[in-house]
Formats: sequence, C-alpha cells, structure tokens
Amino acid sequence: MNQLAGTISGGQESLLDIQNLTLSLRDQNGWVEVLNNVSFSVKPKEILGVVGESGCGKSMTALSILRLLPPRDARLGGQILFGGQNLVTNSESQMSRIRGRHISMIFQEPMSALDPVFTVGYQIEETLMRHFRISKKEAQERAIAALDSVGIASPRHVATLYPMSLSGGMRQRVMIAMALVCEPQLLIADEPTTALDVTIQAQIMDLLLDLGERTGTAIMFITHNLGLVAQSCHRMVTMYAGQVVESGPVKEVIAEPRHPYTAGLLSSIPDSRRARGTLPSIPGRVPSLRAMPEGCRFGPRCGYAVPPCQAPQAIELSGHREVRCHRWDSLELERLGA
Amino acid sequence: MTIDVSTARPAVTVEDVRVTFGSSKRGTQIRAVDGVSFNVRRGEIFGVIGESGSGKSTLGRSMVCLLTPSGGKILHDDLDPFTLSRRELNRHRRKYQIVSQDPNAAFDPRMTILQSVMEPLSIAGQGTRAERRAKAFAMLDRVALSPELANRYPHELSGGQKQRANIARALMLDPNVIVCDEVVAALDVSIQADMLNLFARLQEELGLTYVFISHDLRVVSHISDRVAVMYFGKIVEFGPAREVIETPLHPYTSALRSAEPEITALGDDARQRIILQGEIPSAINPPSGCRFHTRCPRAREACSAQEPVQRELLPGRFVACHFAEEMLSEVAQNTVVQPAGASVAAAQTLPT
Repeated sequence: MNQLAGTISGGQESLLDIQNLTLSLRDQNGWVEVLNNVSFSVKPKEILGVVGESGCGKSMTALSILRLLPPRDARLGGQILFGGQNLVTNSESQMSRIRGRHISMIFQEPMSALDPVFTVGYQIEETLMRHFRISKKEAQERAIAALDSVGIASPRHVATLYPMSLSGGMRQRVMIAMALVCEPQLLIADEPTTALDVTIQAQIMDLLLDLGERTGTAIMFITHNLGLVAQSCHRMVTMYAGQVVESGPVKEVIAEPRHPYTAGLLSSIPDSRRARGTLPSIPGRVPSLRAMPEGCRFGPRCGYAVPPCQAPQAIELSGHREVRCHRWDSLELERLGA
Repeated sequence: MTIDVSTARPAVTVEDVRVTFGSSKRGTQIRAVDGVSFNVRRGEIFGVIGESGSGKSTLGRSMVCLLTPSGGKILHDDLDPFTLSRRELNRHRRKYQIVSQDPNAAFDPRMTILQSVMEPLSIAGQGTRAERRAKAFAMLDRVALSPELANRYPHELSGGQKQRANIARALMLDPNVIVCDEVVAALDVSIQADMLNLFARLQEELGLTYVFISHDLRVVSHISDRVAVMYFGKIVEFGPAREVIETPLHPYTSALRSAEPEITALGDDARQRIILQGEIPSAINPPSGCRFHTRCPRAREACSAQEPVQRELLPGRFVACHFAEEMLSEVAQNTVVQPAGASVAAAQTLPT
C-alpha cells in the first residue's frame, strides 16, 4: 500500500487521470451508454468541481472511479489512472485496498451511507482496522480523534451513538470523519451538502475545505450548486448527457463561459441584485439515454444551434480550457455581472 | 399585475397564531409556531424563509386550514374559517390551496395525470365529466404541459413535469390563495428557473395571491414582494423582500444571506462570511430570551434574559432583535458589519 502512496506523491502530475472513460449499463432493455469519452484529471491537493443537471453522469463517473457499479451490469472502457494503476482493469481485491484508504467518498444522504445497526465509533474503527494493522484500542482512539477533528463537541460520547440519534449535519460530519480518517489522497464528495440547510451547508463546506487543506487531500466535488463551486474550487468540469462539455479554471469559466450549457446554468440562478422578471432558463431537459441526439448533444436545447451543430463535436483544447462546442470562438455568451 | 398591491385589503390575516404539538402535561410540548402576526395582501407574493424546523411549513398548513392553530386567529378576507361548520369549511377551503415540495408523494401512482388533475372537481361535484376533462386539459396547457402527458402515470414524468401537474391540479378550483411549500427545492437549477417563471406568469394571468415558503433566500427574494424570516417558530424579520435581503437588520437574516454561496465578484469577494455555529436547538427545550442567542454572533447578556420585542425600524420593516438599531446605524454608516468578538470568517478567497 505504501508503494502506491509513494508513486503518487511525486511531481506535479495528475493524481487521478481519467482518459476516454466510457460506461454502459444494462437494464431490462439491454445495454445503454451512460458515459461517453469522459476525460479529466485531478491534481494532488486540487479541488475540482464537477457540475451539471441530474442525469448528466456526474455520479456515474464517481461510482466508476471507485468501481462501485454491479460488475455484471456495468461495462467500463478507457482508463482511470491512479497511483500507477488502471482502476478500470484492477481486480476487486486491488480496489478494496484503494477504497477508503487512498480514495474515499461521501454521499448526499448520510443516513443511507451509515449502517443503522452499528455505532458511529464502530463504523470509523472498522475502516481503520481494515487498512492498518493497529489494535482495537488504538483504532478507538483514532476514531475519537477523527470525530473531534470534524468539530463534534463530545466525540467520546458521540462515538457510542447510533446514526439515527444524530441530526443531518452531524451525520454528514461523521461521514467526513470516516472518509478522511485514513488520510486518502482523493476524496470524492457527491452533493455532500444538498440535503442540508444553508447555514449547516456553510459549516460543512468550511470544514471540508479546511480538512482537505490540512491533510493534503484532493477533493472531487460533485454538485449542481455553482455558487459552491465558485466559492471553493480551483478548476471545474461541466458535464452534459454523459460527456464533458467544458473544463477550466473556475474563475475563468465563470467569468467567461464558452459552452452555452455552462452559460445557461450560470444565468438561471436567481440573483437578488438582478432585476426581477423572467429568469433565463434552459428549455427542455437532458435527453434520455436511449434517444441521444446524433450531433451535439446539447443542440436541441441550445439557443445558438445552427445546422452544423447536427454533426458530432469533439472536445477542443485551447490553453488550459476545454470546450465541446462547434461555435465557441464565435459566440458572445452572457457574462456574469455584465 | 392589475391590482395595486399596497392598498388592497389583506387576503389572509394571521394574528398572533400559535400551533403546538404534543402534550404540555408530559412536558413534550413543541411550539412549532409561536405567536406570529402578519397579513398577506391581495395579489401579493409573500415569502416565508427559514431553516428546517423553523415552523414555516406548519404556518403554511395552518393558513390553508390543514392544521388548527392552538391560539390566535387566521382570517381569510374577513372570515374566520375555523368558525365554519365542517361542511362549510370543506367548501370554503377550495379557494385556499397548497402545493407541496415532493411531487412524487402528491400523486396517486395508480391514477393518470389527467385523473389526478380532474379529481378536485369530481370531489367538489363541479361540472359534467366532459367539462371537467376540458378544464383539466386547459389547466395542463396553462402550466405548459403537453396534452400527450395527460394519460401518463406519475412515474413516467420528470420531477419538473410532475410539479407542473401538481400546480395545474391546485388551480382547478380557481383558488384565491396558493401556499407554495418548497415547490422548487427538489428541482435542478435550470428547471427551477422555469418553474419560478411559471409562478410569476400564473400570478399575473390569474391574479393569484401566493405564500411562497422556501429555505432558499435567492428563490424567495427573486419572486416575493414581502418576506418574513422565521426562526424557531417566530418571525425575526419582516419587510419588503429586496430591502430585507440587501440590508438585513437581524443577525439571523444576515447569516442566512452570507451562507448562500455567490458566484459574482469572484476573487475580489470582499463580503464578510458569517458562519453560524451549531444547529437549531431542541424544540422541547427552547432557549430562554431570544431564541437565536445560542447561535448568534452578536449575542450578549441581555439576549438570554429577555425576549426582544418586534418593532418597526423603517417604514414597513419589522425586526425582533435587541441590537436591531445598532445594525441599522451600521448599515446607515455603510460600514462593514462586524460584531465584536464574533466568529466572522473572512471571505473564502480562491486558493489559486
């Protein structure tokens, strides 16, 4: 395990490098493609935001990285490079050494991720005992320290409680403690604050960023809340209909989105400083997986679509920004605050 | 809008309303709404903001007679609906509808959308079957749902479509007032924008009065004329939406406002972020004095001893905080609001 950690910490190269990832899932109607040539990377200690509406493939990408999809009904293609290994072809036992230790994940709904019949403390100890050769006693102490580090007031007491006796915000703190207790290189946070009140959301985000910085953990932050991305991420990736449509440094993408979809997401957020009236919205909805448009997948909803958009469009690189749009260099998209 | 909002008589008057659950004898009584007063003007969109547990949904439900207040008074126009007989109340409440957050729970999975939308008319015994059908199609059209969807079942519709059908159903009995309880909370941001536009359009077309309940400050401030901010069963701040959001005079409102992540003014975000400590306290054992004092960055001794009185600080703006005048003078001096000794974190600058 330590060899793995060793290979990761060298140089400025990517911690996680996803190349042409495809994913197909099987249901009663047969196989259907869910992810199409998804490529992006996460650098060490970086906070990467992944945005898009529901059904765009954000969570599927996360589940693919950790290989948490049912092997018989999910087919992965391409490469997910992490610490010198290709996670796509890794064996199940190799994956179980990575999960929770080198890459961990927190979910939107902590109640469904915590086991209701074990105490909070036990569940954190279990993670530790799984990955380190330490005594039960030491695991207990480290679990309590972990609860303390996420700002839980009386960690010794909380460790003895069951998840049901905690509030939503507390449960999410426990999830974070559990995810970071092994000091992983990468934390995947899938909508970690969506189920929480806005004041609790602010607490949890603050905590995540603070801990990420302290432990040097990179964070892949999946959300549909562009405000949170703007506030906390270095780079962002916009996904639409199973593809990456735009990526780049957050400041630049938000100040000057190049893909009409990113621009649409940004402008549909109500803003108290903008005049009241009709909010710009994106007409239609994410296409169904079995009825993907032939050409640009956003074409049918795009206000800028022209006939050439009916041909497929590859993602183009320009400097450190990527965009998948036929017309990106000729469009004048609405800029924020303009 | 065809009606002048400011002079019309109230569509709903709420006077010192209290709603309690549980029993006081066993010491498990929860005062979900604890002495709330305001009025909703005809043709107005009235926003109610608060975290979960603040009592906003309980208030909304009692405004449409789904819950009986344990104290105080609710008037619909000049009528107290709780004095009506059961039969009269059932007739009366058709004009006061509620749309709830989860459209999945609002539809019978075994009924088609058309059947569900027609049902209110059937229950009210209005019109012939053909008339009910025609009206249902007209309403679906009004909320921009295509007629092909009418014969589908709820599980075949997206969240946004279901919520539209939910609204169409609420409109079937030509209500005067609609309480919208977190109607856009479960939707994606692009769909949410669509729905907010729909609400605004319907209000204009039908002259409706809305009570718009949400935890999302941006949503409420975008759509509402006036807002009430609730904390722990009480209104802490109340006034014209834009003013309340832009220059909050209660520490809770300003905390809510600063907790909302913003996407403008990147990099040079000079805003002070106030991160509230702790969570809403236990409802069985509420804090003494001002109920917000356990989390308030401004709290001083007086706050735990004495409950602040609600007073009108500026025309139409009511605040219940011991230090509201102080906040007002700070706003007036245009200084950065920074309470002494409080945990005000500097703006999260981008660590590039």
